[in-house]
Amino acid sequence: MSSQYPDDLRYTKEHEWARVDGNQVTVGITEFAVESLGDITQVDLPKEGESVRKDGIFGTVESVKAVSDLFAPVSGKVVRVNDPLSDSPETINDDCYDEGWMVTIEVSDPAELDALMTAAQYEDYIKETAG
Amino acid sequence: MSDAASAQAPKQTPLYDRHVALGARVIDFGGWAMPVQYKRGILEEHRAVREAVGLFDVCHMGEVRCSGPRAAEAVQRVVTNDVSRLGDGDAMYTCTCREDGGIVDDLIVYRVSTDDYFLIVNASTTDKDYAHFVEHAGEIAQWENLSAHYGLLSVQGPRALALVAELASGPLPERAFRFGYTEIAGQRVMVSRTGYTGEDGVELALPAAQVGALWDLLLDRGKQYGIEPVGLGARDTLRLEARLSLYGNDIDEQHNPIEAGLGWVVKGKGYVGEAALERARAEGPTRKLVGFKVEGRGIARHGYAIHRLDGGVLGEAVGVVTSGTVAPTVGGAIGLGWVPTELSKPGTRLGVDCRGKPAVIELVAGPFYKRK
Repeated sequence: MSSQYPDDLRYTKEHEWARVDGNQVTVGITEFAVESLGDITQVDLPKEGESVRKDGIFGTVESVKAVSDLFAPVSGKVVRVNDPLSDSPETINDDCYDEGWMVTIEVSDPAELDALMTAAQYEDYIKETAG
Repeated sequence: MSDAASAQAPKQTPLYDRHVALGARVIDFGGWAMPVQYKRGILEEHRAVREAVGLFDVCHMGEVRCSGPRAAEAVQRVVTNDVSRLGDGDAMYTCTCREDGGIVDDLIVYRVSTDDYFLIVNASTTDKDYAHFVEHAGEIAQWENLSAHYGLLSVQGPRALALVAELASGPLPERAFRFGYTEIAGQRVMVSRTGYTGEDGVELALPAAQVGALWDLLLDRGKQYGIEPVGLGARDTLRLEARLSLYGNDIDEQHNPIEAGLGWVVKGKGYVGEAALERARAEGPTRKLVGFKVEGRGIARHGYAIHRLDGGVLGEAVGVVTSGTVAPTVGGAIGLGWVPTELSKPGTRLGVDCRGKPAVIELVAGPFYKRK
């Protein structure tokens, strides 16, 4: 069950995951989000160097039947973008925690990391809200 | 949806448990619990219909019977198309309209015999349609709402006819919009060469109590044909590529068939709404339902505003997108929407407000996809 939500990641209420590595955080969307969206057909990501605000919209992901905003788990500067996703958005469906990563953010306020959920907390959150 | 509808639990077709067992994602569609996709996903299901064969549960649709010595006259009173063109075994697409020409529903009429007509109507409008038929022609013929009695399956794709022919005891309808009766596994079935995907195929009507067994048989014997169960998500991408309207999205009571590009099914005499539609035809519509392709990225979805383009920037808002999605077979994103007549010529470029981001669309004539 919890292999759906890797223990080494942190999670947000908007179904993003965050991989923390020093002062950098790599971000994607969780298996729960992918299941809800279905086949992903487009993803719009910011450019390197752009600033993001915690809980602000940093991009969008479109599937056949829906469009969903992407919310930044932390504030900071975008230092890397997974550009190949533009041509192959289905990568997110195939591998949302690894190859389907979206952006890497250099964190401006490390205290914001404390607000992220663990895998166990995220699983509980899903049970509470999706049930 | 009315408050009353949303307060009840959604209705289930006889195939609900099978959809769940197949891993379907179920949504509430107009008061019905229907599969939007199965495990393969919308794109794979769409491809299966274009390349092999897909199976749709359409049991939620409505079936109405009109019978008696004046049945032909009764049906003609409530539909815009010319009922006298039908012989036994013929089907026709038509609208049913209000006095002011507003579209109550789009439907298919089947002539079983001179005294016996069968009408298949949309799921969300079945009760409304039946009341409309009875109001305008109830006293000259017998109308029966048989929707609870019938199950309906759609089998569509280049291999659909071959699969069903293998199972049927007799020949299948020889061309589109013809129907007949045959036996499949000892069960009498009405077979109609009609569909909603742009592919060849048949729709099968039989008593609701028997539809589960037929579904199982088709999925089993269809394996060697590459059959997939197909949900409402792919049903929408398929019908949009074929440029078929969806009642409630593209057409509704606030629009008439002339402006919706359905003047070709307004050919009858003595039907409700005739005066209004003849007037609309004579005056010409002030707005039209058009098809468009999105240039570049972006998906124009239902409810997004359509704007004039002022040098690449969104200008004045002039219309609205009524259906829009990705087009898996033709590529890119496509859609339908209402625009003023003066902006409706194919080739016209307009803008769409996609949640704050502008997209450019080009109007196109005719279906986006045509099977070979």
